[in-house]
Amino acid sequence: MNIQSCVEVRNEWDIVKARQSGRNIAKELGFGTVDQARITTAISELARNIYLYAGSGEVAIERVENGGKLGLKIEASDSGPGIKDIRKVMEDGFTTSGGLGAGLPGVKRLMDEFTIDSKENEGTIITSIKWLR
Amino acid sequence: MRIPILKLNQYLLITIQVDLDDKTALQFQEDLLEKIHETGAKGVVIDLTSVDMIDSFIAKVLGDVVRMSNLMGAKVVLTGIQPAVAITLIDLGIMMKNVPTALDLEQGLEKLQQELGG
Repeated sequence: MNIQSCVEVRNEWDIVKARQSGRNIAKELGFGTVDQARITTAISELARNIYLYAGSGEVAIERVENGGKLGLKIEASDSGPGIKDIRKVMEDGFTTSGGLGAGLPGVKRLMDEFTIDSKENEGTIITSIKWLR
Repeated sequence: MRIPILKLNQYLLITIQVDLDDKTALQFQEDLLEKIHETGAKGVVIDLTSVDMIDSFIAKVLGDVVRMSNLMGAKVVLTGIQPAVAITLIDLGIMMKNVPTALDLEQGLEKLQQELGG
């Protein structure tokens, strides 16, 4: 079965849409309630970052497999301004939007794998995976 | 979408039963402060039993509304935070410091009664 979804993020409601579809897929893959909450929260943070900093972009969620391990992959991509200083955005409490500054370092802690690929003035792709235990 | 705010004697009761989007969360913040002003309520319980996810934005809105209500002279207790939500918040690094909480609505009301002296 092909489990995947792609949500375009253009406004606040798309953030809700993205996390709902993430929760459905996580449930379908067999993640427990706590991991479902972790995945949904991670998607919410990533989708909000797209909305806040890039204006629009998309969140793709899909099932991944690696050597018998099953997981859920989130790919959040945008063609926004990019991240100037990746080390800085990974610091707890760093924010340019008046938020809590918990977003990206938080997502990294919620998920198992986390990579940022960003080029200034070209965009950002954040990929993150949670493995089913 | 508006979140209903119920009045019970000197208390306001809110139970959040929708998947909160940013606008609804901010609207709720305003509505609650207006309602405190209008009713002169001394205590507020916000019940989160049905909330299955709190991200950093919603956490900020909730923490802020507690502090804003305090400024106006009303005490707020958050109740019913689910195990998965508590785990996720701490993973995110959000400690909700200085935000009074209780296990459920009943204990939340008890906490308010104690703090307000009957």
